[in-house]
Amino acid sequence: MDTNRIKILVIGNGMVGHQFVESMSASNKACEITVLSAEPRLAYDRVHLSEFFDGKSADDLALTTGEHYDELGVNFVTNEKVTNINRSDKSVTASSGKKYSYDKLILATGSYPFVPPIPGNNQEHCLVYRTIEDLKAISASAKLAKVGVVIGGGLLGLEAANAIKQLGLETHVVEFAPQLMAVQLDQSGGNLLKRKIEELGVTVHIQKATQDIVKGDKCRYKLQFSDGTHLETDLVLFSAGIRPQDELAKKFDLEIGERGGIVINDLCQTSDDNIFAIGECALWQNFIFGLVAPGYTMARVVASQLSGGTLQFNGADMSTKLKLMGVEVGSIGDAHGKTSGAKSYIFENQISGVYKKLVIDEDKNKILGAVLVGDTRDYDTLLQFSLNDMDLPESPESLILPQSADTTPMGAFELPDSAMICSCHNVTKGDIKQVIKNGTTNLSELKQCTKASTGCGGCTALLKTTVDKELLALGVEVKDDICEHFTYSRKQLFHIVKVEQIKSFDELRDKHGKGHGCEICKPAVGNILASVWNDYILKQTHLPLQDTNDTYLGNMQKDGTYSIVPRIAGGEITPNKLIVLGEVAKKYNLYTKLTGGQRIDLFGARVDQLPPIWEELINAGFETGHAYGKSLRTVKSCVGSTWCRYGVQDSVGQAIELENRYKGLRSPHKIKFAVSGCTRECAEAQSKDIGIIATENGWNLYVCGNGGMKPRHGDLFATDLDTKTMVRYIDRILMFYVRTADRLQRTSVWLEELDGGLEYLQQVIIEDCLDLAQELENQMQTVVDSYQCEWKTTIESPESLKRFRQFVNSESIDSNIQFITEREQIRPATPVEKKLIPIKEL
Amino acid sequence: MTISNQWQTICQQNDLINDSGICVLLNDNQQVAIFYLKSTEQTYAISNYDPIGQANVLYRGIIGSIDEDIVVASPLYKQHFSLISGECIQDKTMSVDVFETRIVDDLVQLKVT
Ligand code: SRM
Ligand SMILES: Cc1cc2nc3c(=O)[nH]c(=O)nc-3n(C[C@H](O)[C@H](O)[C@H](O)COP(=O)(O)OP(=O)(O)OC[C@H]3O[C@@H](n4cnc5c(N)ncnc54)[C@H](O)[C@@H]3O)c2cc1C
Ligand code: SF4
Ligand code: FES
Repeated sequence: MDTNRIKILVIGNGMVGHQFVESMSASNKACEITVLSAEPRLAYDRVHLSEFFDGKSADDLALTTGEHYDELGVNFVTNEKVTNINRSDKSVTASSGKKYSYDKLILATGSYPFVPPIPGNNQEHCLVYRTIEDLKAISASAKLAKVGVVIGGGLLGLEAANAIKQLGLETHVVEFAPQLMAVQLDQSGGNLLKRKIEELGVTVHIQKATQDIVKGDKCRYKLQFSDGTHLETDLVLFSAGIRPQDELAKKFDLEIGERGGIVINDLCQTSDDNIFAIGECALWQNFIFGLVAPGYTMARVVASQLSGGTLQFNGADMSTKLKLMGVEVGSIGDAHGKTSGAKSYIFENQISGVYKKLVIDEDKNKILGAVLVGDTRDYDTLLQFSLNDMDLPESPESLILPQSADTTPMGAFELPDSAMICSCHNVTKGDIKQVIKNGTTNLSELKQCTKASTGCGGCTALLKTTVDKELLALGVEVKDDICEHFTYSRKQLFHIVKVEQIKSFDELRDKHGKGHGCEICKPAVGNILASVWNDYILKQTHLPLQDTNDTYLGNMQKDGTYSIVPRIAGGEITPNKLIVLGEVAKKYNLYTKLTGGQRIDLFGARVDQLPPIWEELINAGFETGHAYGKSLRTVKSCVGSTWCRYGVQDSVGQAIELENRYKGLRSPHKIKFAVSGCTRECAEAQSKDIGIIATENGWNLYVCGNGGMKPRHGDLFATDLDTKTMVRYIDRILMFYVRTADRLQRTSVWLEELDGGLEYLQQVIIEDCLDLAQELENQMQTVVDSYQCEWKTTIESPESLKRFRQFVNSESIDSNIQFITEREQIRPATPVEKKLIPIKEL
Repeated sequence: MTISNQWQTICQQNDLINDSGICVLLNDNQQVAIFYLKSTEQTYAISNYDPIGQANVLYRGIIGSIDEDIVVASPLYKQHFSLISGECIQDKTMSVDVFETRIVDDLVQLKVT
């Protein structure tokens, strides 16, 4: 045997142990690696453990496979817990009784959940949250349970609470301290988090010490608190902190810390030179790092040391950003302002539930820490300031004030090359520059070769801005090519289609593109063809271009079923039509809900049910609502002058007229209107692409408003218009938008990026400075005149109807579509529930 | 005409849709998505189950190409699956089964093993 090969033995195959195996294998050091894992499987992604409840399997979470280790030439044994270290003859003994010898020993034993010494803590349904086996036990326990309690309101406790809430249990969190997430947040941040989590239906009990867990009256157990109160529950989850798994070190005389943890130096060496400790079991300068990124760094340090390198461990940043039950939370550095002389800026918006604190040093020069609750858009910027020790701008508060959130992350600030972009994979801005210099300019290739942004994903936005800026600085054109098949933007393709009178995708591709197209360029071209020629969208030649929603004229839901949204122009509906909707929903067992767009959505229709359902609706006088298309959605209205004592114009009538005029128009993105009958604005018109507010003398027209992800108030475009002028203006604005906007660009973003902005738009539309007005109006009139209800056309065409089959060779239905009844209606079964429902005979 | 035992007829050629997909039920329990690329007159078949979206929807995806590979984009979350290898381009740990296909006398056949 090759005597140069050192024998490396790794105890524990958690996330960090696995990273060590990868790093060590990647170094070209001749070595023989053996891994012993106490768990029944090789390493898996503990960080995303909770996704097990969203249906991810153990295989989905796996970080590696036996075959991969075989390929690397790594020996491994699972279910093999190490019980003895024999330092004198450099070997260990495991639970199987087998002995393994080593030259270098790596302890990567991680940590275990701390269960407080409360009497009754070891009963059947008292559980913890650390391994896949734990989660299986929780699922089993939850099956017959109604109420669940998590003891511990820290980061992991809240994640566990979310999990048991998803399992359908009434959920409580019991915290000993006076606030949630006491490590990362200050009192005010903790209070806001508590309020937000309670709004989501989880009850939070703070300052409660559990004294005893006894038999319950209504539930399995009763928690008795020291203040005399109690709480009944069927399930108890302990999440009261973690403890380093240092048992072996303690037993075999390696130095450990006063409160546990295997003491290591900057080389991650323990008190025995041949034994290293990495990850959550290791104690460095009296500190345990309970996050995965520092553990990964330790793994790389040891791999470097063993292969002749010089990497050292210098501590790690413990900042965190996460989403707990949909609530964004961020904590950076000295969040509590404990550094002497620390001062802070605080911004709080109690209305929308946002709290931000910026902690700075005595000289107002550097960031020490920050707390963000409810909005973490500033996190990347603040973290970069803190990690890179950058000087603060003139008025530091601008970093957390609302308007600064609009700027792209770090947009205005220059990062040093040492700036850490991806802390999971240790990628700095300098690394990215190097890779770009070596010729990789494509973002996804860049991700593949640096691994940046393939861990927790938190750095995605920052990575993209960094890359874009770098390319720009190098003079590389950041192209707005629509995809790899066309070197044109949507706007340019629109011109080509029009000027060259192109009528099909194949023709355009043959003349100006390459390859077979993709899900980006095909729908974009389909949409351009529809805008320019207003063809029936399901025409056979256009079919393959459409996204599923357009092909099946409905929105696909998570289980592959579709929703049905008939047009209810202006939100006005007769009792008879309401009855029809009710009857159809009942007949086909559809879930029924009012939408935010003043209409009614029916969910849960299988693809084969769509035509008969629509046939019944069309016979009752309904039309398609285009909820699936990039097209006009709804024109919301308020009740207006007909009934309302303040109304000055008939807003309902106007809304219906506009909705009927523009229905069916295909555009770069969806378009929404609203009409309010007076200045009280009950239809919220200023948040719409086209907003109309009645005045004594006519209508005020607002343009390019947006709700959604990034709300924008519409701009006042013209005042006191008569109906005819207003319609002409809207014709022109919409057609100009259809012609010039980018793919999936709402009017709001389009206007923001239009050179000359609102004033230029007014010149084009009102003053006709481009001499285009007549053409735009004519084009709109063609679209209006060629309107057809796509569903009506479809059910009249046997050829089109053939599409609406799950199988071309069978009448069977898709047995994977399963429903559960909730609040007297159906909802899709979750993957976990599906496993419990016996599959129906086909 | 000789048909080996492994080849199973699943539908007619005119059931296929140019540059798009259909779905067939195989042996009463397996869903297979069949795609037809007009420009090359090639037929492709993969399992219809999207392992990421966890629904039987792949036949309703848009097909296209990434470099030389022919792919379908899942209609749910848009990951690409190669119609040639079955591999998911965005997540190499995910893949779908691939079937050999051929057309004999207007009949579409799958090789079933
Ligand atoms: C059904 C509905 C929610 C509800 O139950 O109320 C809904 C459902 C969806 N919305 Fe919405 N939105 C609905 C009203 C809204 C509203 C409110 C409104 O229209 O007044 C908004 C904010 C207003 C706005 O658009 O400016 C809204 C902003 C969005 C956005 C963000 C758009 C943006 O510019 O930021 C998306 C994502 C997108 O379009 O890319 C979206 C996307 C979606 C999608 C298409 C997501 C998807 O791909 O599955 C959902 C389709 C569900 C379905 O099958 O029908 N939905 N969505 C509402 C349907 C209204 C209707 O009758 O057509
Ligand atoms: C639900 C949850 C969510 C989390 N979320 C995040 C997050 O968002 N971000 C973040 O950075 N971190 C997060 N973490 C923490 C992260 O998972 C840990 O930091 C990381 O897993 C530590 O890796 P490790 O290898 O040191 O320990 P572990 O992953 O615990 O692995 C140690 C392994 O060693 C084995 N072992 C122990 N003793 C022996 C023995 N004597 N013989 C053989 N094998 C042994 C154990 O069975 C275990 O498999 C989360 C943790 C949990 C539980
Ligand atoms: S906000 Fe809109 S897109 Fe988001 S879940 Fe609700 S309906 Fe769906
Ligand atoms: S920081 Fe986690 S993936 Fe980049």
